[in-house]
Amino acid sequence: MRTVSNEIESIKDPGPAPHVLRAADVNPRSEKRAEQQVAILFALSGVGSLLLIYSYVFVAKDVFIFIPVMGNQNAQQLGLGIGMAMSLFFVGMAAIHWAKTLMPETEVINYRHEFRSSDEDREDLIKTVKEGVAGVQLGRRKLIKRAMAASMGLFALPPVLLLRDLGPLPKKQLETTNWKSGTRLVTDPGNRPILASDLEVGAVVQTLPAVADSEHRPLSDIAKDPVLLIRLRPEEFNLTSEKLAMTHEGIIAFSKICSHMGCAVALYEQTTKHLLCPCHQSTFDVTRGAKVIFGPAARPLPQLDITVDAQGYLIARAPFSESVGPSYWERNSQ
Amino acid sequence: MTTAEKRVGAVANFVDERIGAAGWVKKSLNKVFPDHWSFMLGEVCMYSFVILLLSGTFLTLWFDPSQREVIYQGVYEPLKGLKMSAAYASTLDISFEVRGGLLMRQIHHWSANIFMAAIVAHLLRVFFTGAFRKPREFNWILGIILVTLGLVEGLFGYSLPDDLLSGTGLRITSAIIQAIPLVGTYISFFLFGGAFPGVAFIPRIFTLHVLLIPGIFLAVITIHVMLVWYQKHTQFPGPGKTENNVVGHPILPVYMAKAGGFFFIVFGVTAFLAAVASINPIWLYGPYTPGQISAGSQPDWYMGWLDGLVRMAPPWETHALGHTISWNILIPALIVPGILFTGMALYPFIESWITGDKREHHLLDRPRNVPNRTALGVMSITFVMISLINGGNDILATAFHLSINQIMWSSRIAIFVLPPIAFVITKRICLSLQRADRELVLHGRETGRLVRMPSGEFVEVHEPISEQKRFILTSHEQPTPLVLEDSDSRGVKRPGKLKNKLRVRLSKAHAVAIPKVSAQELKEIEHH
Repeated sequence: MRTVSNEIESIKDPGPAPHVLRAADVNPRSEKRAEQQVAILFALSGVGSLLLIYSYVFVAKDVFIFIPVMGNQNAQQLGLGIGMAMSLFFVGMAAIHWAKTLMPETEVINYRHEFRSSDEDREDLIKTVKEGVAGVQLGRRKLIKRAMAASMGLFALPPVLLLRDLGPLPKKQLETTNWKSGTRLVTDPGNRPILASDLEVGAVVQTLPAVADSEHRPLSDIAKDPVLLIRLRPEEFNLTSEKLAMTHEGIIAFSKICSHMGCAVALYEQTTKHLLCPCHQSTFDVTRGAKVIFGPAARPLPQLDITVDAQGYLIARAPFSESVGPSYWERNSQ
Repeated sequence: MTTAEKRVGAVANFVDERIGAAGWVKKSLNKVFPDHWSFMLGEVCMYSFVILLLSGTFLTLWFDPSQREVIYQGVYEPLKGLKMSAAYASTLDISFEVRGGLLMRQIHHWSANIFMAAIVAHLLRVFFTGAFRKPREFNWILGIILVTLGLVEGLFGYSLPDDLLSGTGLRITSAIIQAIPLVGTYISFFLFGGAFPGVAFIPRIFTLHVLLIPGIFLAVITIHVMLVWYQKHTQFPGPGKTENNVVGHPILPVYMAKAGGFFFIVFGVTAFLAAVASINPIWLYGPYTPGQISAGSQPDWYMGWLDGLVRMAPPWETHALGHTISWNILIPALIVPGILFTGMALYPFIESWITGDKREHHLLDRPRNVPNRTALGVMSITFVMISLINGGNDILATAFHLSINQIMWSSRIAIFVLPPIAFVITKRICLSLQRADRELVLHGRETGRLVRMPSGEFVEVHEPISEQKRFILTSHEQPTPLVLEDSDSRGVKRPGKLKNKLRVRLSKAHAVAIPKVSAQELKEIEHH
């Protein structure tokens, strides 16, 4: 006979399964064995600590030993590390094994209580707060309110102001480099000037501007100055006449600092004449004025206007016509 | 009383006469914590944090957080005589001259990676089991703050040695800051103390990394754990477990032994990794100079997804009225992560808005019983995985002889196409699992034993599942879709028509489920 009910009844909670006793709970031999196992684990930890101490005191820093699969390992570092690992790990294993095999296993029940405070407590709180706020009487004391608001407002300014000397204002720093009209290109490293006639077709040279103290260039200059010099055959260029005029007999110069996020564009693919930035793979086509042909860069690499001086050394004819490196709000990119 | 008991008693008396602690200590020692392996993920985070504090303190005793230029005269031959910052030189000294220095550096870096991985795993566990629901929404938000802080702390940490790889990462960081409209260049110049790389950044991130951010971490982690203590931990559904109780082992002695032991396990495994697996070998990278770079430059994995987004961003910039806005940087590095993290932080409130459920929840969900939430989680994981894979597109191209162009284009398409597909597939799998549960309850477990009936028919013997298992498979609540009438009994129209339509639709989708086995259906089956 089926009972008909309109309500869908959920299956009732059968209560937990009957408790299964562990070996150590019933068998004294198992109990003793578990104790011995815990003791061995603690002992292994001790071995680890001794290994660490031995490696620290007695093993020299420059001894290398060969371990299969791993190769040559620094003996002291390996001894210290394995020793530390053992001393920590086996203490943990001992504690857990002890808890699992020997410590009381019965589960305990705690009861939850509703978080919401009682209505009485809530009313008492509201009363207390109201009385306290009434004591302030901010509504009545308009003069205090206005004076306090003004002083709080002024209070907010000094913490911000005190941070002003964190750094200088940008001013023109993002727009200027050490490249001026007549600056010689020098090799990086080496700081040697470059004769145009010394560059063969296919050559790629990393250059920096010749400055007064070439040995001690500030890093913030090195973040903007590097220029890549590439020599191609003049007929390989596909440039506007304006850009072509900035080259010299097939030698073209670009800023090495990526126009995307400022990494050094250090990878050059000879066969395709592509410059690749290793950070986000922006690819620039040298034959078309470092035009972006792949990747997230939005602007071509700035081109340096180059020519040769009276002795035949490569020089910049003018500073960069645009800011080098990543874009920023104030950059006039048109 | 034994001598030990007398001594402990004297100490306890001394303390109790001054702060009267017996009451709450007794309560605390009797407190119960439910047992499940997935609850240990949060513990791994906490223990890794302690390991980071200990190993980090060791490193600060020898590290020189200065960008002043020195000539290296230490034992590592390939770098002898080279110009480098004091930060880099002191890191080389820690690695090669301080006994245990390299081990501590590696423990610190491995622990940081384990910390971030455990945070992600813990976040996913809390998400998929619905532990973020009332009353734990605030704790969830604290967790999102912790994962964000962890990202920043890790970035600063691996940038401190001032090597070529991490310095390149800082160059990218400064480009992101610089790209912020109106104030970007000012913030960048103030943070770096001038034009990149400046002379002040390493000492400043040292203070942030060693003092300020760990301080914030300590405060937030304390509140996070105290909330779990006070609100009591959630538990998985099962026999004897209700919304009004917590079933488990008391703190003294079992939980203390297991949890305390687990700390030593985590520390031991981290130390073992540090002993045998090299990480961040900065001597191979060389000191940072902005004019150089290595091919295959990658950030640490937890930043890798951001790099992947940046790599696949289209080359969009707006040049107008003498100003530039770099969408190709702002969208992947600030806007998309901003939306992702804000969405994550607000999710408990979004879900309770969809379901209209304002009750407390202390029993966890089995992920299959909340198909919509589970599918949303898998969709987000898919999104982050595609970005992460694209973050290594150059390594993938070199290792597997693929075209970088193809990988990047595949990622651009995949990131729009794969997440919705993942959503649909996951939801379907969850519903199938619900069906499988139903079958298990009604017909029992397939034993694989075949019996031939007298009639010649072969049947597979099914064994009924235990009462306890049956309860676990049917104790969950099945959500009902929200009903919002257009107007109430007096004819007053409900405001927010469009919002309510969206809410009802989402609620209907959220409630899609296979009906669970009821007591009546079970009785009917038992009569067969």
